[in-house]
Amino acid sequence: MSDFPFLSVLTVAPLVGAVVVALLPRSRPTLAKQVALGWSLLVLALSVVMWVTFQVGGDRFQFRESYPWIPNWGVNFTFAADGIALVMLMLIAVLVPLVILASWHDAESSKRSVPVYFALLLVLECTMIGVFAAADVFLFYVFFEVMLVPMYFLIGSYGGHQRQYAAVKFFLYSLVGGLFMLAAVIGLWVVGGKTFDWVALSQVDITTGAERWLFLGFFVAFAIKAPFFPFHTWLPDAGGAAPAGAAALLVGVLDKVGTFGILRYCLPLFPDAAQWFAPWALGLAVIGIIYAALLAVGQNDLKRLVSYTSIAHFGFIGVGIFAFTTQAGTGAVLYMVNHGLATGLLFLVVGMLIARRGSALVSDFGGAGKLVPVLAGVLFFAGLASLALPGTAPFVSEFLVLIGTFTVNKPVAVIATLGIILAAAYVLWMVQRTTQGTLNPALTEIDAMKRDLNLREKVVVAPLIALILVLGFYPKPVTDVINPAIQATMEDVGRTDPAPSVDTVQEAIR
Amino acid sequence: MTYAQAAPAETVSYATADGLLSSVWLLVAIPLVSATILLLLGRRADRWGHWLGVAAVGAAFLLGLSYFLGLRGLENRSVQLSLWDFIAVGGLHVDFGLLFDPLAGVFVLLITGVGFLIHLYAVEYMAHDERRRLFFAYFNLFIAAMLLLVLGNNYVMLYFGWEGVGLASYLLISFWYTKPAAATAGKKAFLMNRVGDAGLAIAIFIMFATLGTTQYDEVFNGIGALAGGTVLVLGLLLLLGAAGKSGQFPLQAWLPDAMEGPTPVSALIHAATMVTAGVYLIARSNIIFSANATLQLVVVSVGALTLLIGAIIGCAKDDIKRVLAWSTVSQIGYMFLGVGLGGAAYALAIVHLLAHGFFKANMFLGAGSVMHGMKDQVDIRRFGGLSKYMKITWITFGAGWLAIIGMFPFSGYFSKEPIIAAAFEREGWTAWLFGGAAVLGAALTAFYMTRLFVLTFHGPKRWTEDIEHPHESPPLMTIPLVLLGIGSLGAGWLLATSVPDWLTTTAGLGTAEAHHDAVLPHWAIVVLSLGVTVLGAVLGWFLFRNGTATSPQPAGVLVTAARKNLYTDAVNEAVFEKPGIFLTRALVYLDNRGIDGLINGLAAGVGGGSGRLRRLQTGFVRSYATSILTGALLVVAAFLAVQAGWLA
Repeated sequence: MSDFPFLSVLTVAPLVGAVVVALLPRSRPTLAKQVALGWSLLVLALSVVMWVTFQVGGDRFQFRESYPWIPNWGVNFTFAADGIALVMLMLIAVLVPLVILASWHDAESSKRSVPVYFALLLVLECTMIGVFAAADVFLFYVFFEVMLVPMYFLIGSYGGHQRQYAAVKFFLYSLVGGLFMLAAVIGLWVVGGKTFDWVALSQVDITTGAERWLFLGFFVAFAIKAPFFPFHTWLPDAGGAAPAGAAALLVGVLDKVGTFGILRYCLPLFPDAAQWFAPWALGLAVIGIIYAALLAVGQNDLKRLVSYTSIAHFGFIGVGIFAFTTQAGTGAVLYMVNHGLATGLLFLVVGMLIARRGSALVSDFGGAGKLVPVLAGVLFFAGLASLALPGTAPFVSEFLVLIGTFTVNKPVAVIATLGIILAAAYVLWMVQRTTQGTLNPALTEIDAMKRDLNLREKVVVAPLIALILVLGFYPKPVTDVINPAIQATMEDVGRTDPAPSVDTVQEAIR
Repeated sequence: MTYAQAAPAETVSYATADGLLSSVWLLVAIPLVSATILLLLGRRADRWGHWLGVAAVGAAFLLGLSYFLGLRGLENRSVQLSLWDFIAVGGLHVDFGLLFDPLAGVFVLLITGVGFLIHLYAVEYMAHDERRRLFFAYFNLFIAAMLLLVLGNNYVMLYFGWEGVGLASYLLISFWYTKPAAATAGKKAFLMNRVGDAGLAIAIFIMFATLGTTQYDEVFNGIGALAGGTVLVLGLLLLLGAAGKSGQFPLQAWLPDAMEGPTPVSALIHAATMVTAGVYLIARSNIIFSANATLQLVVVSVGALTLLIGAIIGCAKDDIKRVLAWSTVSQIGYMFLGVGLGGAAYALAIVHLLAHGFFKANMFLGAGSVMHGMKDQVDIRRFGGLSKYMKITWITFGAGWLAIIGMFPFSGYFSKEPIIAAAFEREGWTAWLFGGAAVLGAALTAFYMTRLFVLTFHGPKRWTEDIEHPHESPPLMTIPLVLLGIGSLGAGWLLATSVPDWLTTTAGLGTAEAHHDAVLPHWAIVVLSLGVTVLGAVLGWFLFRNGTATSPQPAGVLVTAARKNLYTDAVNEAVFEKPGIFLTRALVYLDNRGIDGLINGLAAGVGGGSGRLRRLQTGFVRSYATSILTGALLVVAAFLAVQAGWLA
């Protein structure tokens, strides 16, 4: 089974599905939805087979395939997955069907075609899978940029208030980052002996100056994509304007391309530069944790609030990556997965609230738990996962990031730990203002607010809740997949974990 | 491991669980499964859900009892059990593992025993609440988390349970979430607890960074190798966590507000069990705390200060549950004093914790019974003369009252007096300082608890007009009261004999401590503490036997300060809340106008620039063709240059 071309099939399959769905007549929206859902479930099934086939402890990169594309320039369609890519592919495969199911009625309120909406979601899945599966730098770059297109239309055509502004801002901002990366990709090709193959490039020696510039080119693109402070301002606009399902994919998966890119490209290809820049990156990440959390506390728009919480979470991921220890690195990748599940759930359930109320403003709610107790309960659960309560999956990743960072950088770890207090503040205050307290009389006048979760919505949230709980108690199946890849990355960077030392705290005190 | 030789003379080791004790995980699993069933089944479980909740805790109690008895024949009297690898990354290994030893055992019995009685009581108390099933789901969730907290065999498991009980506490404080005060109180409790949790988390990071482990036995055996400063920081962080959970200074403000929750919650979580988790943490980590004298001094100071804060504020409150809440703060102060004193006082603190669990749960449930009969009135100025109407509540509450003020032969006498005596055994002037604080606290406790008791059950009636015939509560509520009342009478005596011995010899609780002679002979301490207790009680009785005004009266500086919680809430508001809110608002403004403004300004600049560039677009095809040709030539030239290797 390991000879099966999983990665290319997984990349192409959603695209084929998208064409099929797009060709369906506009008058048959339900059929389009069903086909899209079925197609995404097939992709999920294939991904599960791939997960089972993946040999934990085997080669770092598995399922490698390569087909020539532009031989003159050394560009190939090369796919390969390490543990990090594998868990992200699995996350995509799980989230897309749930998002399709959650978005069942989202496109109907717009004047645009319903089949096209679901086709766009499948195109997005294709590009997301491609970007994580690519093992050719040029191919990665192409997916990195093409990924913007379906998301641009999802936001710009099907979004809410200020969707055009948000979509253009998202597109331009990402494009600017992409240009930096393009320059760096070409530079890498030049210094790397005219190849785009990741494995070949990872063995090239680059002069210190060139390495730093190339690192920066990639890093800027990834820092915008992730996004890290201070490149974050596009995300609240995009997340606030996007339809909830698209927002869940945007924040849950798309943004992880940034942190994934840093792990896959910035660290192994430019190890010395990565270490040289690490203090700066750690600084930005830790500022992001505190800064974005404070901003989340102050938001009055639910989707913008969730976007800001995500920026704070990306700060944790950034800290984990640039701490250069196996715990912090594994924690960062696990964080990427868990955040996709937890914030994906949070965005979807917030979307369900907004769809009922017809407003995303926190102040338009109040006491909603009285009307929709199950929905309020799921919102609370998603909030708990977001504040990394033990028993939910994000606790494990946050704990790993912090404990791994503490062994090498105590001030950063301690400041980041303060972020868990702020996380409790933004989650609980949001929960209180929306679902607790006296019932806002305006809510009782809206019929939709009296309908609690229906079966479709329960089917959407149940798998996410189950996954968050299972991985909260037993994260080992995932950490075992991630761990070897992180260890290999740490070897690329040339860093090893510090041995426990009874003097380490004493030194820090001095 | 290289640090083994520097470890204390006796190394800590736990046997592996087998036989009966290998099923100790059931203690956590049973209430957890019950909670899950109640949450998932929803309204379908409305008719029988509460009984499932009661049965789960009852089963856990019986199991806990058999495990406890099963410890007797074992060497070390402790077993541990690894269920699965929770986290295994690089050098970090965290077991999902449990430890059952006498310390964990007495907590299990307290949590499930008192917990069972309070569950039973709640069946009736919550009978008219349409969400009673949900209440029992949360209550069971709490029991599961609390048992995990005391049963974990490493600090990460403890943290797991620690935050779990925080969640349950939040859910139950804000159970009546439509009341804004309840929702706010729940949030406040969670937030202040998280401040402590952050301290606990960093303490765990230190353990891993220095010793490479979070397992209890490995940490304890490695402590000897750590520098004094490291132990001090580690201990202070643990203390921060303990103070948050146990409502100790400076994190005490959430506990009285937590009384917004239903009364059984106040009895179980915010009196008998969860708030004593901080004492558990310090007792469990006694090897860390005993290793540093400065650390012990800080713990003793926190305990002494808090016991006085709680007692002073308790004198000025009129809400029956808040008086009891401040008395909880104060009594846990005594326990902190005990664990801070170290040596034999560790076991004394645990004994006081157990005794307190009984008499405080008893009084909270008694308060609930009073509220039940008085249409949820909580103002003690509006009670009076209830002894005639609620005989069982009166007598059982009386047992609790005599126990908390430490009157012979009630449990508080046996559990509190030894702590006071131990405080007098410190070196030099600190003996007088902390011994004196403990005695002063005893006098104040006698005063405010007598005030509470007299104003509620004796003196003239000061009821609101809508109350005609207060009634005694039904048997499901009074039976737990009677059992807990008997506990208040007898438990202390029982506990003061065998349990400390057992805890000291088998749990390694404080063995190698230098012993000082008390600055006073023991009989003098007994006379002193009993004397001030009687004095305080008599004063309280005579001042309030004729009732009190039913509206707030003008008061002096001290009473006004006490009514305002000694201005601690005002300080929190001025130092954290208001600046925090200002900061978030300022940042929101800055982010929209500053950072995003810069980005949008940049975009606008580009837009303006392209407006000017547009003038280059002349519309003449020939000029376009020239541009295209130039561009194409440049691209080809660049490509050739690269191919030829000029740039490489």
